Amino acid sequence: MIEAEQNIDVKLIAILEKVSDPEIPVLSIMDMGVVRSAFIENGVVKVQITPTYSGCPAMDVIGDDIKAALKLAGFESEVELILAPAWTTDWITPRGRKALEDYGIAAPLGEEADKDVLLHGKRLVKCPQCGSTNTKMISQFGSTACKAQFQCNDCQEPFDYFKCLK
Amino acid sequence: MKENLYKYILGIADNSLILGQRMGALTGHGPSLETDIACTNISLDLFGQVRSYYQYAAKIAGDKRTEDDIAMLRQEREYLNVLLVEQPDTDFAYTMARQFLFDVYHFLFLTELQKSTDLTLSAIANKSIKEVSYHQRFSSDWIKRLGDGTEESHKRMQTAINDLWTYTDELFHQTDADKAMISEGIGVDVSKLKEAYYKKVSDILEESTLEVPESKYFQKGGKQGIHTEHMGYILAELQYMQRAYPNMEW
Repeated sequence: MIEAEQNIDVKLIAILEKVSDPEIPVLSIMDMGVVRSAFIENGVVKVQITPTYSGCPAMDVIGDDIKAALKLAGFESEVELILAPAWTTDWITPRGRKALEDYGIAAPLGEEADKDVLLHGKRLVKCPQCGSTNTKMISQFGSTACKAQFQCNDCQEPFDYFKCLK
Repeated sequence: MKENLYKYILGIADNSLILGQRMGALTGHGPSLETDIACTNISLDLFGQVRSYYQYAAKIAGDKRTEDDIAMLRQEREYLNVLLVEQPDTDFAYTMARQFLFDVYHFLFLTELQKSTDLTLSAIANKSIKEVSYHQRFSSDWIKRLGDGTEESHKRMQTAINDLWTYTDELFHQTDADKAMISEGIGVDVSKLKEAYYKKVSDILEESTLEVPESKYFQKGGKQGIHTEHMGYILAELQYMQRAYPNMEW
């Protein structure tokens, strides 16, 4: 895994934390780990964000939302989309994982867990409704590029699982 | 303008554009809801990758062309995708066989492109390969399900594989732009991927109780812009809005 340092001006953290992922409104873009840097240069805030998936349609909206939030706080800003280092689910913060679970989306497990699921090995993905791990994958592709569809065998609820990406 | 680099990027990107268009056209037509969503998710990933490539190509072109112009306003002969990705959805076996035969190549290709001395290309490859590994698992899974399924599904998958086999060899042909880029450490020598490709494909076909075609008759031309008759229909649909209403925006 590539260790990537985030370089974010402390003055900007509270502002950026108010911007949420438009497809998962409970999750702030900071907890999602998509903001890679944010600093003030000659009075203008420069923000770098990285997409979760190449085709993620939320990125344009996130860029606009960042500009709007900074404007409200009195800053002009520029948002740049960067690809390297590539985003990984490891960058979702513990608070972000909790927010996902509370929202009904199972948080990503390790890469090995994803393989186990696909190869019908151990059942590790926990139902966000009842907590059972007696769950099955319905499809590797879900409602957005970053999620897979699961169903709980115990409470029968279908749910989204945030796919592991490393 | 760096002509060779520009062409090289288009050669990579056009494969994803045309395959993405094919998969996207299945929206609402997949055999089940989950499969339908999977096909369109794959399409979305491919289009996302395409945007990164075309944005880079537009920067290199250095004129007024944008990523959208490159995607939407070229003539058929200017598209450099391989023939494989433009083949039609004769049935679902063809759709999955086309995807599988491309995914295996795509994964091997991106693995190498990550080592490119061109930092933009290596970054796109590093991002895309994570997505493509999911595509490859999905299509391989369908090869097995249909190949090792019922008598009918086996027959159809074998037919699709036999037909599309004709287009696999072209994946490993080098264009002049390829050669120039390889010598600069930017491009991938696709001819070196051939052995690993056929090994991987053969392993999965055998696991799926399918026969590995022995035909040595192969088609080529896409990389030079000489396409099959299907390409015109794809472009007619892809480009319709921009041709009917030039410069329209959402």
